[in-house]
Amino acid sequence: MNFDFAEQSPKLMMLLWGLVAFAVVVGGLLVLLDAVPSYFARRREAQFAAATASGAPLPGRSKPREGMFATFFLLPTVLLLMIGLVVPAIRTTLLSFMDGGSQNWVGLDNYRWMFAEDSIVRVLVNTLVWVTLVPLVATSIGLIYAVLVDKARLEVVAKSLIFMPMAISFVGASIIWKFVYAYRGEDQEQIGLLNQIVVSLGGEPRQWLLDSPLNTLLLIVIMVWIQAGFAMVVLSAAIKAIPADIVEAARLDGVTPWQMFWQITLPSIRPALIVVVVTISIATLKVFDIVRTSTNGNYDTSVIANEMYNQAFRYGQNGQGSALAVFLFILVIPIVIFQIRNLRQQRREG
Amino acid sequence: MTTTTPPVATGAQDTSGGSTAAARVRKRLSTHTATMVAIVIAVVWTIPTFGLFISSLRPEAQIKTTGWWNFFRDPEFTLQNYQDVLFGQSASSGQLASYFINSLVITLPSVLFPLAFAAMAAYALAWINFRGRDWVYIAIFALQIVPLQMALVPLLSFFSRGVSLGGVTLMPAWNLDGAQNFAQVWFAHTCFALPFAVYLLHNFISQLPKDLMEAARVDGATHPKIFRTIVLPLVAPALAAFGIFQFLWVWNDLLVGLIFAGGSEVTAPLTVRLAELAGTRGNEWQRLTAGAFVSIVVPLIVFLSLQRYFVRGLLAGSVKG
Repeated sequence: MNFDFAEQSPKLMMLLWGLVAFAVVVGGLLVLLDAVPSYFARRREAQFAAATASGAPLPGRSKPREGMFATFFLLPTVLLLMIGLVVPAIRTTLLSFMDGGSQNWVGLDNYRWMFAEDSIVRVLVNTLVWVTLVPLVATSIGLIYAVLVDKARLEVVAKSLIFMPMAISFVGASIIWKFVYAYRGEDQEQIGLLNQIVVSLGGEPRQWLLDSPLNTLLLIVIMVWIQAGFAMVVLSAAIKAIPADIVEAARLDGVTPWQMFWQITLPSIRPALIVVVVTISIATLKVFDIVRTSTNGNYDTSVIANEMYNQAFRYGQNGQGSALAVFLFILVIPIVIFQIRNLRQQRREG
Repeated sequence: MTTTTPPVATGAQDTSGGSTAAARVRKRLSTHTATMVAIVIAVVWTIPTFGLFISSLRPEAQIKTTGWWNFFRDPEFTLQNYQDVLFGQSASSGQLASYFINSLVITLPSVLFPLAFAAMAAYALAWINFRGRDWVYIAIFALQIVPLQMALVPLLSFFSRGVSLGGVTLMPAWNLDGAQNFAQVWFAHTCFALPFAVYLLHNFISQLPKDLMEAARVDGATHPKIFRTIVLPLVAPALAAFGIFQFLWVWNDLLVGLIFAGGSEVTAPLTVRLAELAGTRGNEWQRLTAGAFVSIVVPLIVFLSLQRYFVRGLLAGSVKG
């Protein structure tokens, strides 16, 4: 074993500093808030005593104190969100109208470039394929599985199996599936499961991740594999919440299982279904890790998030990278509006 | 373990099986097909991970020449891959032990900070009356939809050049080196986590009984006191739910680590190193399989032992809307 723990000590010191900073900031804020009001309380008591003595009207409960508490409770969050998210997002929007070195204004050039450059159009098309297929397939599989294992024996175990990929990083998942897609020459024994299956069915082994457009579909499989568990858990909870009397009434009317599914189950879980599809769509739009780990965006597999990283952090093209980020944001907006409208409709009905 | 299902429980499940729509669908759709489909899905979802795990325990020569399924015909078992990938000295070996510690150092504060800040903000938004409260909440809520890609380039330049507005320096440049870079990663993770954290915790905190809060106020308790002694203990499950979420998110994150931690073994997390190994040494399966498992094992333990809280948080965060 050649592992030197002494080399790790600066890191652990840093961790210690981080934890101390945490204790000081959070603890300090709470102590401060405890001390300041008791000062005010003493002052109020004094005022109160003075007022009773002189017969003047009693001082009302001071409103600004609520405001002060709110300010301090919200301060860290608001400050961090401003520095870390709001201001950067505005800056990114501005950068998207500037050149690669963020020196000169170039108007809409970066956006024109996005739709003119063949390789970037390809990226946009790929993203479209991702965001169409992943929510559809992952939700369907999650729903089918949730229905199938509902009230089955070992339901908890069965669900854990599908749910487990959610704990695995996209990087880990990509390695797992890269191994499934692994390729060995025809004369060798296959080590990848997929090629082994193909070979044993009499086919020829293929370099799966090099063939476009099939490779994009195979990467999509990884995302579906991760997201189906999420869909399954949320939909399963929704299915269990369907009132038993509705089901009973339908049964007395003699509906077939298919009718039961389409007319009772599906409409009842519609709100949950929409939430699942929306959540997975947004996650899919931002997918980065899978593409980067599996193919690094080569062989026509790149997506917006990956291309954004490449432009901004590898090629130093801040303008083009920012334009891609803004475009990603614009793509999220209609999905969110759709969800908000659905929520409103639900509230009106409910 | 699975063979000792008590007969009583089975009987109870059978009688109640007809009470939900789904169960009825399942029952009538010839049970055989249904079971088969469920088993096929379960197998497809488990086999890839299982194969990787088996492979990580096989000697290098075997991994590279035969499929992992041969393990059962010719079981040869070794921990050498883990030894190499964790502690090996050559540049190609992985040195994952060091990155493993980086991941830990990155994750702990990145969970604690947003947890505390968001809990305080959520309390203020739920139980302190002040003007513009709804607007602040809506603004934070809306920030959830901003992809973190929108923040990366400027935030990185904030760290290197500081923030100034009209000549006034709001935040000086950080000028960090070596292990200090962790602070950058903590900061980024904390910022990006806050909108969802506030939203999730607000869902729980705003639903605490109003009477309880008012009673405490009448007794003269101040907001910090109510927050510490009443709210925090009552929403502990929600804090756990967010904690697990954030833990999995940070531990598994690649993008933020890649940009804010740099690529060196001083600060980069496991995921960054693994992605690098997958790219440059894509055929060193003895390293990739063991390495992937080193990175998977911690979240898997956290996840399996605290799954209950995780699911609760998931449902509260996605369905209640």
